[in-house]
Amino acid sequence: MARTLINVPKAATAGEVVTIKTLISHPMETGFRPGADGRIRPRDIITDFTCLYDGEPVFRAELFPAAAANPYLTFTLRATRTGTLTFTWRGDNGFVQTETATLTVT
Amino acid sequence: MSPHNPRGPSRRRILALGPGAAAAVVLRPVAAEAATRTESTAEAIRRFAGAAEIRPGRVHLDLPPLVENGNAVTITVTVDSPMTEEDHVRRIAVFNDKNPQPNVITVYLGSRGGRAVLTTRIRLADTQRITAIAETSDGRYWSTTADAIVTLAACLEG
Repeated sequence: MARTLINVPKAATAGEVVTIKTLISHPMETGFRPGADGRIRPRDIITDFTCLYDGEPVFRAELFPAAAANPYLTFTLRATRTGTLTFTWRGDNGFVQTETATLTVT
Repeated sequence: MSPHNPRGPSRRRILALGPGAAAAVVLRPVAAEAATRTESTAEAIRRFAGAAEIRPGRVHLDLPPLVENGNAVTITVTVDSPMTEEDHVRRIAVFNDKNPQPNVITVYLGSRGGRAVLTTRIRLADTQRITAIAETSDGRYWSTTADAIVTLAACLEG
Protein backbone atom coordinates (compact mmCIF):
# COMPACT_ATOMS: atom_id res chain seq x y z
CA MET A 1 0.00 0.00 0.00
CA ALA A 2 1.29 3.39 -0.95
CA ARG A 3 1.14 6.14 1.62
CA THR A 4 -1.45 8.80 1.02
CA LEU A 5 -2.11 12.23 2.45
CA ILE A 6 -5.63 13.57 2.16
CA ASN A 7 -6.64 16.98 3.43
CA VAL A 8 -10.38 17.53 3.84
CA PRO A 9 -11.75 20.38 5.97
CA LYS A 10 -13.10 19.14 9.33
CA ALA A 11 -16.45 20.83 8.85
CA ALA A 12 -18.15 22.87 6.18
CA THR A 13 -21.39 24.78 5.88
CA ALA A 14 -23.94 23.69 3.28
CA GLY A 15 -23.20 25.28 -0.09
CA GLU A 16 -19.62 26.12 0.83
CA VAL A 17 -16.91 25.36 -1.71
CA VAL A 18 -14.19 23.31 -0.01
CA THR A 19 -10.68 22.55 -1.23
CA ILE A 20 -9.50 18.94 -1.18
CA LYS A 21 -5.79 18.15 -1.35
CA THR A 22 -4.50 14.66 -2.09
CA LEU A 23 -1.05 13.19 -2.38
CA ILE A 24 0.04 9.58 -2.90
CA SER A 25 3.58 8.26 -2.69
CA HIS A 26 4.39 6.70 -6.05
CA PRO A 27 7.60 6.82 -8.14
CA MET A 28 5.75 7.65 -11.40
CA GLU A 29 8.48 6.02 -13.48
CA THR A 30 8.07 7.66 -16.88
CA GLY A 31 9.31 4.87 -19.13
CA PHE A 32 11.80 7.29 -20.72
CA ARG A 33 14.60 7.26 -18.17
CA PRO A 34 17.58 4.93 -18.26
CA GLY A 35 18.37 3.04 -15.06
CA ALA A 36 21.78 2.43 -13.50
CA ASP A 37 22.42 -0.35 -16.06
CA GLY A 38 21.75 2.00 -18.99
CA ARG A 39 18.53 0.28 -20.01
CA ILE A 40 15.24 2.20 -20.16
CA ARG A 41 13.19 1.46 -17.06
CA PRO A 42 9.64 0.27 -17.85
CA ARG A 43 6.80 2.71 -17.35
CA ASP A 44 5.04 2.53 -13.97
CA ILE A 45 2.68 5.43 -13.40
CA ILE A 46 -0.71 6.22 -11.93
CA THR A 47 -3.00 6.78 -14.89
CA ASP A 48 -6.30 7.64 -13.28
CA PHE A 49 -7.63 9.33 -10.14
CA THR A 50 -11.28 9.69 -9.17
CA CYS A 51 -13.09 11.32 -6.27
CA LEU A 52 -16.64 10.24 -5.45
CA TYR A 53 -18.89 12.25 -3.11
CA ASP A 54 -21.57 9.91 -1.77
CA GLY A 55 -20.97 7.62 -4.75
CA GLU A 56 -21.29 10.38 -7.34
CA PRO A 57 -18.18 11.36 -9.32
CA VAL A 58 -17.13 14.96 -8.67
CA PHE A 59 -13.57 14.95 -9.97
CA ARG A 60 -11.50 12.71 -12.24
CA ALA A 61 -7.97 13.14 -13.52
CA GLU A 62 -6.05 11.29 -16.22
CA LEU A 63 -2.36 11.37 -15.49
CA PHE A 64 0.49 11.02 -17.97
CA PRO A 65 4.24 10.42 -17.48
CA ALA A 66 4.66 14.22 -17.25
CA ALA A 67 3.03 14.20 -13.81
CA ALA A 68 5.69 14.50 -11.12
CA ALA A 69 6.52 11.66 -8.72
CA ASN A 70 4.16 11.41 -5.74
CA PRO A 71 1.19 12.87 -7.64
CA TYR A 72 -0.34 15.82 -5.86
CA LEU A 73 -3.81 17.04 -6.82
CA THR A 74 -5.83 19.91 -5.42
CA PHE A 75 -9.43 20.52 -6.47
CA THR A 76 -12.64 21.90 -5.05
CA LEU A 77 -16.17 20.68 -4.49
CA ARG A 78 -19.39 22.17 -3.23
CA ALA A 79 -20.41 20.72 0.16
CA THR A 80 -24.10 19.85 0.18
CA ARG A 81 -24.55 17.26 2.93
CA THR A 82 -22.48 15.12 5.26
CA GLY A 83 -21.07 12.29 3.23
CA THR A 84 -18.18 10.05 2.35
CA LEU A 85 -15.48 11.03 -0.08
CA THR A 86 -13.93 8.06 -1.84
CA PHE A 87 -10.57 8.56 -3.51
CA THR A 88 -9.31 5.91 -5.94
CA TRP A 89 -5.96 5.85 -7.70
CA ARG A 90 -5.39 3.38 -10.54
CA GLY A 91 -2.17 2.75 -12.40
CA ASP A 92 0.13 0.47 -14.34
CA ASN A 93 0.78 -3.11 -13.21
CA GLY A 94 -2.70 -3.36 -11.71
CA PHE A 95 -2.15 -0.63 -9.12
CA VAL A 96 -5.38 0.25 -7.28
CA GLN A 97 -5.72 2.08 -4.01
CA THR A 98 -8.84 3.46 -2.40
CA GLU A 99 -9.05 5.79 0.59
CA THR A 100 -12.08 7.38 2.19
CA ALA A 101 -12.71 10.52 4.21
CA THR A 102 -15.81 12.02 5.75
CA LEU A 103 -16.95 15.52 4.95
CA THR A 104 -19.13 16.87 7.76
CA VAL A 105 -21.61 19.52 6.69
CA THR A 106 -23.29 21.60 9.37
CA MET B 1 49.28 -0.43 -6.27
CA SER B 2 51.03 -1.32 -9.50
CA PRO B 3 50.65 1.17 -12.34
CA HIS B 4 50.14 -1.70 -14.79
CA ASN B 5 47.42 -3.97 -13.49
CA PRO B 6 47.47 -6.96 -15.87
CA ARG B 7 43.78 -7.82 -15.22
CA GLY B 8 42.18 -4.40 -15.73
CA PRO B 9 42.35 -2.26 -18.86
CA SER B 10 45.48 -0.12 -19.11
CA ARG B 11 45.37 3.61 -18.53
CA ARG B 12 46.16 4.12 -22.22
CA ARG B 13 43.16 2.09 -23.31
CA ILE B 14 40.79 3.94 -21.00
CA LEU B 15 42.08 7.27 -22.30
CA ALA B 16 41.56 6.11 -25.88
CA LEU B 17 37.98 5.06 -25.06
CA GLY B 18 37.24 8.11 -22.95
CA PRO B 19 35.71 10.72 -25.26
CA GLY B 20 33.63 8.17 -27.15
CA ALA B 21 32.26 6.56 -23.98
CA ALA B 22 31.47 9.95 -22.49
CA ALA B 23 29.64 11.04 -25.67
CA ALA B 24 27.55 7.83 -25.64
CA VAL B 25 26.49 8.49 -22.04
CA VAL B 26 25.50 12.08 -22.84
CA LEU B 27 23.67 11.28 -26.06
CA ARG B 28 21.63 8.29 -24.91
CA PRO B 29 18.75 10.07 -23.11
CA VAL B 30 18.42 12.63 -25.89
CA ALA B 31 18.23 9.87 -28.51
CA ALA B 32 15.66 7.99 -26.41
CA GLU B 33 13.52 11.11 -26.15
CA ALA B 34 13.66 11.93 -29.84
CA ALA B 35 12.68 8.36 -30.70
CA THR B 36 9.70 8.27 -28.36
CA ARG B 37 7.96 11.54 -29.28
CA THR B 38 5.28 9.93 -31.43
CA GLU B 39 2.66 12.68 -31.38
CA SER B 40 3.05 16.42 -31.81
CA THR B 41 1.46 18.87 -29.38
CA ALA B 42 -0.92 20.11 -32.09
CA GLU B 43 -2.10 16.53 -32.75
CA ALA B 44 -2.68 15.89 -29.06
CA ILE B 45 -4.70 19.11 -28.76
CA ARG B 46 -6.82 18.10 -31.77
CA ARG B 47 -7.41 14.69 -30.17
CA PHE B 48 -8.68 16.53 -27.06
CA ALA B 49 -10.74 19.25 -28.73
CA GLY B 50 -11.67 17.66 -32.05
CA ALA B 51 -12.27 20.19 -34.82
CA ALA B 52 -13.69 22.81 -32.42
CA GLU B 53 -12.31 26.33 -32.48
CA ILE B 54 -10.04 27.12 -29.52
CA ARG B 55 -10.21 30.74 -28.36
CA PRO B 56 -7.76 32.50 -26.08
CA GLY B 57 -9.15 33.67 -22.74
CA ARG B 58 -10.98 32.62 -19.58
CA VAL B 59 -8.19 30.20 -18.60
CA HIS B 60 -5.35 31.26 -16.29
CA LEU B 61 -2.21 29.18 -15.99
CA ASP B 62 0.10 29.84 -13.08
CA LEU B 63 3.59 28.41 -13.20
CA PRO B 64 6.99 29.71 -12.11
CA PRO B 65 8.74 31.49 -15.03
CA LEU B 66 12.13 30.19 -13.88
CA VAL B 67 12.20 26.54 -12.82
CA GLU B 68 15.25 25.27 -10.95
CA ASN B 69 14.19 21.63 -10.86
CA GLY B 70 12.07 20.32 -13.71
CA ASN B 71 11.17 17.15 -11.80
CA ALA B 72 8.38 18.81 -9.82
CA VAL B 73 6.90 22.08 -11.01
CA THR B 74 3.74 23.29 -9.31
CA ILE B 75 1.13 24.54 -11.74
CA THR B 76 -2.33 25.98 -11.07
CA VAL B 77 -5.02 26.22 -13.74
CA THR B 78 -8.03 28.43 -13.03
CA VAL B 79 -10.97 28.94 -15.38
CA ASP B 80 -13.43 31.84 -15.11
CA SER B 81 -16.74 30.06 -14.78
CA PRO B 82 -19.77 30.31 -12.46
CA MET B 83 -19.76 26.46 -12.25
CA THR B 84 -23.55 26.16 -12.30
CA GLU B 85 -25.59 23.36 -13.85
CA GLU B 86 -26.08 25.46 -17.02
CA ASP B 87 -22.59 26.90 -17.30
CA HIS B 88 -19.62 24.96 -16.00
CA VAL B 89 -16.25 23.65 -17.07
CA ARG B 90 -16.33 20.06 -18.28
CA ARG B 91 -12.68 19.34 -18.89
CA ILE B 92 -9.28 20.96 -18.47
CA ALA B 93 -6.21 19.60 -20.23
CA VAL B 94 -2.58 20.68 -20.00
CA PHE B 95 -0.09 20.13 -22.83
CA ASN B 96 3.66 20.64 -23.19
CA ASP B 97 5.95 21.26 -26.15
CA LYS B 98 9.17 19.40 -25.42
CA ASN B 99 8.54 16.48 -23.07
CA PRO B 100 8.63 12.99 -24.65
CA GLN B 101 4.80 13.02 -24.67
CA PRO B 102 2.60 16.07 -25.28
CA ASN B 103 -0.06 15.30 -22.63
CA VAL B 104 0.48 16.36 -19.04
CA ILE B 105 -2.89 15.93 -17.32
CA THR B 106 -6.58 15.89 -18.24
CA VAL B 107 -9.22 16.51 -15.57
CA TYR B 108 -12.99 16.08 -15.68
CA LEU B 109 -15.05 18.49 -13.62
CA GLY B 110 -18.75 19.12 -13.14
CA SER B 111 -21.10 21.66 -11.66
CA ARG B 112 -20.54 20.06 -8.23
CA GLY B 113 -16.94 21.17 -8.29
CA GLY B 114 -17.84 24.65 -7.10
CA ARG B 115 -14.80 26.29 -8.67
CA ALA B 116 -12.83 25.43 -11.77
CA VAL B 117 -9.38 25.27 -10.25
CA LEU B 118 -6.69 22.59 -10.30
CA THR B 119 -3.25 22.46 -8.73
CA THR B 120 -0.75 19.71 -9.42
CA ARG B 121 2.96 19.10 -9.92
CA ILE B 122 4.42 18.24 -13.30
CA ARG B 123 7.72 17.35 -14.96
CA LEU B 124 9.39 19.60 -17.51
CA ALA B 125 12.13 18.11 -19.68
CA ASP B 126 13.25 21.41 -21.19
CA THR B 127 12.63 25.14 -21.40
CA GLN B 128 9.26 25.20 -23.08
CA ARG B 129 5.73 26.51 -23.47
CA ILE B 130 2.82 25.00 -21.53
CA THR B 131 -0.73 25.18 -22.90
CA ALA B 132 -3.91 24.81 -20.84
CA ILE B 133 -7.24 24.25 -22.60
CA ALA B 134 -10.68 24.17 -20.97
CA GLU B 135 -13.93 22.88 -22.41
CA THR B 136 -17.05 24.60 -21.07
CA SER B 137 -20.50 22.98 -20.89
CA ASP B 138 -21.63 24.87 -24.02
CA GLY B 139 -18.99 22.96 -25.98
CA ARG B 140 -16.61 25.87 -26.48
CA TYR B 141 -12.86 25.66 -25.91
CA TRP B 142 -10.67 28.27 -24.23
CA SER B 143 -6.92 28.31 -23.87
CA THR B 144 -3.88 30.07 -22.51
CA THR B 145 -0.14 29.49 -22.59
CA ALA B 146 2.77 30.15 -20.26
CA ASP B 147 6.52 29.84 -20.73
CA ALA B 148 8.94 28.27 -18.30
CA ILE B 149 12.73 28.35 -18.34
CA VAL B 150 14.07 25.09 -16.90
CA THR B 151 17.61 24.94 -15.51
CA LEU B 152 17.59 21.30 -14.34
CA ALA B 153 15.56 19.13 -16.70
CA ALA B 154 13.48 16.13 -15.68
CA CYS B 155 13.94 12.77 -17.46
CA LEU B 156 17.60 13.29 -18.31
CA GLU B 157 19.03 12.17 -14.98
CA GLY B 158 19.12 8.41 -14.56
